[in-house]
Amino acid sequence: MQPAATAVPATAAPAASAAPALVLRGLTKEYVTGKPVLRGIDLEFAPRGITAVIGPSGTGKSTLIRCINRLVEPTSGQVIFDGHDLVALNRAELRTARRRIGMVFQEYNLVERLSVMENLLSGRLGYLSPFKAWLRRYPQRDIERAFDLLETVGLSAHAHSRADSLSGGQRQRVGIARAMMQEPRLLLADEPTSSLDPKTSVEIMALMQTLSGMHGFPVIINIHNVELARRFADRVVGMTGGRVVFDGSPDAITEEHLKSIYGGEDWLE
Amino acid sequence: MAARTGSNRVAFPPSWTARAAWLVFGIYFVYAASHLELTPARFFSGLEHGGKFVARLFPPDFHRWELLAKGMIESLQIAVLASALGVLIAAPLALCAARNLMPAWATWPARAVMVVCRSFHPVIVAILFVKAVGFGALAGILALTVASVGFLGKLMTEAIEEISLKQVEAVRATGAPFMSVVSYAVVPQVFSRFVGFVSYETDANLRNSTMVGIVGAGGIGGTLFSAFQRFDYDFVCAIVLTIIVLIMIGEILTLRIKKVFGV
Repeated sequence: MQPAATAVPATAAPAASAAPALVLRGLTKEYVTGKPVLRGIDLEFAPRGITAVIGPSGTGKSTLIRCINRLVEPTSGQVIFDGHDLVALNRAELRTARRRIGMVFQEYNLVERLSVMENLLSGRLGYLSPFKAWLRRYPQRDIERAFDLLETVGLSAHAHSRADSLSGGQRQRVGIARAMMQEPRLLLADEPTSSLDPKTSVEIMALMQTLSGMHGFPVIINIHNVELARRFADRVVGMTGGRVVFDGSPDAITEEHLKSIYGGEDWLE
Repeated sequence: MAARTGSNRVAFPPSWTARAAWLVFGIYFVYAASHLELTPARFFSGLEHGGKFVARLFPPDFHRWELLAKGMIESLQIAVLASALGVLIAAPLALCAARNLMPAWATWPARAVMVVCRSFHPVIVAILFVKAVGFGALAGILALTVASVGFLGKLMTEAIEEISLKQVEAVRATGAPFMSVVSYAVVPQVFSRFVGFVSYETDANLRNSTMVGIVGAGGIGGTLFSAFQRFDYDFVCAIVLTIIVLIMIGEILTLRIKKVFGV
């Protein structure tokens, strides 16, 4: 296993002037005490651009992304977002912070029995009292935004369809639109294309790229497909064994790097 | 070929524990039957008495229909009110008891309440409430509410524990407060099953509400019991037929309700 320090050849050169949007310091997670899944992750994310996190299955990519919005509680370390250490927040403060962190999932995680519109509006739940949410009394502004976003992702005709009547690609578009409803300042995507066909995968990646560029927020994507990562990401972080072993521009990844990330070499031929 | 014939691999190895358990069960069945003097002779003489009783049931006597109607309406009210109260108490209790959403300090007390509610037959609970609040429908309503809480609570808890947590995770990630997570990610997943449970429980309460009257907790049961004691078997028959019709109507209504909710 390589220590993290030896394998950081090229930095993505984040805009020197802008303060990073997100800083991870010594982020560690142990599901079982003494068996860390994340071993002290230190990363900074610029306010713009797509960062792809690649690495073998079980190496802690999903855990890393879930530690950022604390769907998984980190064992130690800091997650500095918007001037606050998210790890130190109490439940109510954490909910407030989560409102501005969008998340997209591998299996879309839409509420299947609700309509597309309800799924989109659920992105605003952090701003609404549970009672109003239950009665579906959303501000008109949110409703307008939801219709606009549906148009952006090309699903205007499906506003009132039930989420489980959509195809995989359509569901992921709804998932992205739901995250966009939050007016995110950070978008986390956990294997957003792993359940999709190659063409749809490219479309979904392109959609996230467009939205990120349009609204100006950083995106962190866990991804298995190295080619997609190369094509869409501005920066690639390679992880193995709970550590960062590569951090640089997509062009800088060589076969040597892939070997050190995924291990072995037969699969590269 | 040779390998196949020579092979003695067993796909389904015999379970000697299971066989022993079946044997023990068979022996116990024979023992229990002999202990209770369950003889064919007794069974056939019983059939004869039964035949005479059935003959005296007919024709049913609907002359006292006012008494009958009053009892049936009361039973119906008991069943509906008990079911409604049962749902109102059971649903939040089930949420507290669901292990996938709540910590242990919440689930154990909630589960304990349900177990206690389920421990006794509604008639036993009805006897307790008759002693506590006196004869009449109130005792019946309370008794059946207790039964509903126990039963609905258990079914609802299990339904909540079977939901997909992915949907919960997604709603939680938006920064939604807990009650909104419940109403957006939990309720949609369990609602159709809840409608099914409630209609089933209402059906059960309808049947049980005709029975708690026997111990004085209101409803048609009291009328039925006194008709038995006076050997008014034709009136008994009228009551029994009416109960059957009521249950059937309940069944039809249930189907309609399920259709309305798109279950």
